[in-house]
Amino acid sequence: MKAPSFSYERAESVANAIELLARHGPDAQILAGGQSLMPMLNFRVARPAVLVDINPIADLAAIRVDKKGVFIGALARHADIEHSGEVAEQLPLVAAAMPQIAHPAIRNRGTFGGSCALGDPAAELPACCVALGAEFRIAGPKGERSVPAAKFFAGVYTTALEPGELLLGAQFPARQPGYVSRFLELTRRHGDYAMVGAAAHGRLDKGRLSDLKFVYFAVGDRPIMAMGLARAVEGKPLDAATIDAAVAALKDDLDPPGDLHASSVLKRHLAGVIARRMLNEYATHKGA
Amino acid sequence: MPERIGITLKVNGEEVRQEVPVRLNLADFLRQELALTGTHVGCEHGVCGACTLRVNGRIVRSCLMLAAQADGCDVQTIEGLAASGEIAALQNAFIEHNALQCGYCTPGMLFAAADYVAARRPPNREAVREHLSGNYCRCTGYQSIVDAVCEVAAQDATKGGHK
Ligand SMILES: Cc1cc2nc3c(=O)[nH]c(=O)nc-3n(C[C@H](O)[C@H](O)[C@H](O)COP(=O)(O)OP(=O)(O)OC[C@H]3O[C@@H](n4cnc5c(N)ncnc54)[C@H](O)[C@@H]3O)c2cc1C
Ligand code: FES
Ligand code: FES
Repeated sequence: MKAPSFSYERAESVANAIELLARHGPDAQILAGGQSLMPMLNFRVARPAVLVDINPIADLAAIRVDKKGVFIGALARHADIEHSGEVAEQLPLVAAAMPQIAHPAIRNRGTFGGSCALGDPAAELPACCVALGAEFRIAGPKGERSVPAAKFFAGVYTTALEPGELLLGAQFPARQPGYVSRFLELTRRHGDYAMVGAAAHGRLDKGRLSDLKFVYFAVGDRPIMAMGLARAVEGKPLDAATIDAAVAALKDDLDPPGDLHASSVLKRHLAGVIARRMLNEYATHKGA
Repeated sequence: MPERIGITLKVNGEEVRQEVPVRLNLADFLRQELALTGTHVGCEHGVCGACTLRVNGRIVRSCLMLAAQADGCDVQTIEGLAASGEIAALQNAFIEHNALQCGYCTPGMLFAAADYVAARRPPNREAVREHLSGNYCRCTGYQSIVDAVCEVAAQDATKGGHK
């Protein structure tokens, strides 16, 4: 199908985008990479009166590294993040997730900010942001504010973004020594949204994990932190008994609704498969 | 009256200036306004890959981009890619291996394959399948397409070496 009629405005700067959003009110919608919004327009699921195209705001595409860590701008394309040496070095979790997002032609347009602002519970980047403790930077008519990733994702396609606000990007804390990341997802076909996936980040010392953030995606209405699993492994040797206990703890950590790709029972099963594989990878990890 | 916008872009090296409805996507613009019908349209939501082409040297889905967003861009369609000679080896390999039947997927498939070959990646079946995973083919069953791409990737290996 074809997109419905709308008006089209190009934002030349952040201030201009905020002004355009204010002028057009709730009928305006931001257009970033278009890899989710264009399908919604073509299906006529979305019918904005005005599209505010933020692609001309070159500043928003930057990936910056400094003492505080790494800032990924909202307009950084998935492909740029995937191929960034700085991201590979500073945020290995994000680097591991990128090739799993869609296909090369989609990664060339899709943006970091679009993926986060969309709030799809099956998306990879939101789970990575939660696992790494990222802070989202948001601009609005009243100025700028920050929201931690754990509070940003509020439900299916729902985030802390208010109408009229623009996501500027996310600040990731600097890489801490001793922390090791793991990423795994199960899909029917490479590039599809995951049936179940997880992003993990924790301190690994002499075969023992601590401060583990083990965040599932595609098993709930937002990224889900498996707290019981983390408690079960905290400070323990990663042997068979610990891993069994960690997988058993998922019973209370997760309550996945079934979807088109997998039933609830299958998702529960796969969540256990993923936990076991990832914890075994931690157990056999050489060097940190 | 649908809103219109003036755009200036390069298509296969030639400058094009045109006024287009803002809601027109790039694939429809190329097909309907410029009669470049080598860009195929299948799903119109990014899933099938039939509309894949290059914008500023990178492959993208032309059904997921507005013509208005191509303003100032350098667009290459399959007509331009074929004429450039860049994919002559791939085209021959596709014919030799029967890597096309109806041909609907072929232009998009060639763009994705050219991307793989241009990056000098090795003739590894798994890696090729992964790279082409976003392009549907309803006829061939993919094996012959992977054969063709691997053959060209291997020829390239003897010429210049892989990354
Ligand atoms: C075939 C296919 C497969 C895909 N597979 C995956 C996958 O496996 N995993 C995955 O995560 N994604 C997948 N995607 C989606 C892709 O990653 C999108 O690029 C991404 O979800 C949205 O980013 P975008 O830049 O394209 O945003 P757009 O489509 O432009 O926008 C998406 C939404 O976010 C809002 N928005 C965008 N930027 C901002 C901003 N800076 N501030 C505030 N609001 C903003 C828009 O208004 C819109 O509501 C797939 C897409 C396709 C077509
Ligand atoms: S028509 Fe564009 S991806 Fe199917
Ligand atoms: S040759 Fe018919 S779809 Fe591929």
